[in-house]
Amino acid sequence: MRLEYTERQKKFREEIRGWLAANVPKQPLPSFDTEEGFEAHRRWEARLFEGRWSAVTWPKQYGGHGCDLVEWLIFEEEYWRANAPLRVNQNGVFLLAPTLMEYGTDEQKARFLPRMASGQDIWAQGWSEPGAGSDMAAIRSKAVRDGDHYVINGQKTWSTRAVWADWLFGMFRTDPESSRHHGLTFILLPLDLPGITIRPIKQLNGLPGFAEIFFDDVRVPVGNRLGDEGAGWSVAMATAGFERGLMLRSPARFQQTARSLVDLYKRHRDVADTDPGIREAVLKSWMDAEAYTLATYRTASRLGKGAKIGAEASTNKIFWSELDLLMHETALRILGPLGELMPDAPSAGDAAHWLDGFLFAQAGPIYAGTNEIQRNIIAERMLGLPRS
Amino acid sequence: MDFTFEDQQLAFRDAIHKFLMVEAAPEMLREIWETTRTGRSAELRAKLADQGLTALSVPEEFGGIGLGDLDWVLVQQELGYFAIPDSLTDSAYLAVFLLNHLPADIALKREWLPRIASGNARVAVGHPVNPLVADAELADLLLLWHEDEIHALTRDQLQCEFNASIDLSRRLYRLNWTPTAATRICPARQGGALWRELLDRAALAASAQLLGLAQRMLDLGVDHAAQRKQFGKPVGSFQAVKHHFADVAVKIEFAEPVIHRAAYAVAEDDPRQSAYVSHAKLAAGEAARLAARKSIQAHGAMGYTWEADLQMYMKRAWALDSAWGDAKFHKARIDHSILADGAALGPGTTF
Ligand SMILES: Cc1cc2nc3c(=O)[nH]c(=O)nc-3n(C[C@H](O)[C@H](O)[C@H](O)COP(=O)(O)OP(=O)(O)OC[C@H]3O[C@@H](n4cnc5c(N)ncnc54)[C@H](O)[C@@H]3O)c2cc1C
Repeated sequence: MRLEYTERQKKFREEIRGWLAANVPKQPLPSFDTEEGFEAHRRWEARLFEGRWSAVTWPKQYGGHGCDLVEWLIFEEEYWRANAPLRVNQNGVFLLAPTLMEYGTDEQKARFLPRMASGQDIWAQGWSEPGAGSDMAAIRSKAVRDGDHYVINGQKTWSTRAVWADWLFGMFRTDPESSRHHGLTFILLPLDLPGITIRPIKQLNGLPGFAEIFFDDVRVPVGNRLGDEGAGWSVAMATAGFERGLMLRSPARFQQTARSLVDLYKRHRDVADTDPGIREAVLKSWMDAEAYTLATYRTASRLGKGAKIGAEASTNKIFWSELDLLMHETALRILGPLGELMPDAPSAGDAAHWLDGFLFAQAGPIYAGTNEIQRNIIAERMLGLPRS
Repeated sequence: MDFTFEDQQLAFRDAIHKFLMVEAAPEMLREIWETTRTGRSAELRAKLADQGLTALSVPEEFGGIGLGDLDWVLVQQELGYFAIPDSLTDSAYLAVFLLNHLPADIALKREWLPRIASGNARVAVGHPVNPLVADAELADLLLLWHEDEIHALTRDQLQCEFNASIDLSRRLYRLNWTPTAATRICPARQGGALWRELLDRAALAASAQLLGLAQRMLDLGVDHAAQRKQFGKPVGSFQAVKHHFADVAVKIEFAEPVIHRAAYAVAEDDPRQSAYVSHAKLAAGEAARLAARKSIQAHGAMGYTWEADLQMYMKRAWALDSAWGDAKFHKARIDHSILADGAALGPGTTF
């Protein structure tokens, strides 16, 4: 055990810190759940790409930085510390790309990865359907083979950033006779194909952060399939594994929130201390953000030594989503009656970004596999309890 | 940056686990705790010494193995898992730490360190954070705090009054003694820092034991739930029961690295070690309390009995949760460090 950065790692931190200081926009960008904000974030992705910072864990040949996981953590720490913009292409860069690298043909990698790294293609995910939420194996949208094309019919929903995204990756039923996990195929498709209708869905904050996607005889070339026909479930599980495991939520995000919460508490201490529970919640927030960081460094070290992430990855999702709720709830307790004010309300002051974070924190225990589903996985696969 | 243990540290931990599985079976420990006055067994102590556990951090020149805090922390998790009573840790880890660091009192080291290493001496440690001293009656030597001085006494130099604990393994005593120049082995000037370092090690050891206890209670609960059938099925197949255990697994998963980081900080003399140890104690206490609550729930009425082994681990967890600094004490230390002006917080400040 050696809990210190190497000289190389320290230099890497300096390098990224310097680049961010020179490049992070001085004014925060508008939300990427608006058309204007989406394009501003796309330009930021391009800027990151120019500095070779848009996909740090990717190999250099695809436009990445070849970073190992500890360097990725350092990058994320500096990124959050610098208050840099949220990553509009995180579904592509962090979730699809590792799967593409594992299952894609050379032709697919060359075709998709560089455009993803540079923000030319922003990706959305298409798993959920009206009848297939937690039970993803209930997917019904069909992709029927017709020569060298699939013809897609059906509906996806809750697809994050699909309102303005360029491409979709997701799962479709290619074998109409099949059921459950069989006969599903992983397909990549551009969202501007004829027959696609996108209907934005407003989220809690009123912005169209996700969308429904309707497919009406949409023709997609067979070459857009990732992995074998009918092997979609195992390909998708690789994505789910990465997502739950590490890349979806780096600890730096929560450390940054914990730090802001401590600052908020200190600024409002007189009022805050009139509720004795608040101080405890502030300390707990710091402790849990720190614990999440330590656990992630430990996982990164283990992976670096060749270990695999198993069902214990499901503990991550529960831990960070509950921490995020705790921190935002605590901030609103401190802000009291100002907490309800919308960002543009003249008296909002400190309150605005906490409210937005509070709303988004409500979704954490739901997306990427609900926390109940994660608990089932922990109980059955980690603790070996009998399946019901 | 490497957050993994060395292979030989893990191998030693595994060997101790296998050894205690056989030699510290619950029925045997209960027999000793429930039927003897001292609650300790010379035979078990000799076996622990054979495994090297009493010699772990005694320097080689005094007949020990000369290992450090990081080696101890993994062993402490096992001591918790098997509910090994306080005397081993107090003698072999805490007293050895104090004796080792005494300013130049070579005679005392020569006399006691080899005896501790060979398993032939028990030492009790009295720190003001604990109102009572564990295993004082049986101790061959007692190292006691007095206004930051360290005093060394033998049994005949003090009186002790037994106080029963809910944790059947514990033997707690209120001491009556008079500090004199003859009993003083270290002045307050040096003693203050030593006692602070000692407290961090003691709280760290308790944290690691609490984590081991949490894991034991989880394992007992899972075993019970897999076997006990109701409505024609194992109760462990019911989702409400599964989710109880999953919550415990989450707490353990995120407490462990906190404890290991605290051990590293203590081993490396990190200036933030006290806050890190306090964090460890709080995280481990939370995991152990939750494990106790959820495991008794999954046991049903069986969990509320004297007969089921769960009680041994549950009670020890409740006791250790407040030993070597209770939650109030450790929260105050974190509070102090996090809310201090200029405290380094946020991304990039962890290491
Ligand atoms: C902000 C946000 C972004 C999203 N982005 C995307 C996206 O980009 N692409 C995409 O495909 N999807 C996306 N989703 C959808 C998300 O994956 C689903 O919401 C999630 O899988 C849960 O499905 P559901 O909403 O249908 O809830 P349901 O499955 O209907 O669940 C309702 C409740 O029942 C519980 N439940 C269900 N089954 C079980 C069980 N077996 N055991 C115990 N409890 C159970 C759930 O835990 C939940 O509490 C997003 C969701 C949100 C909130």
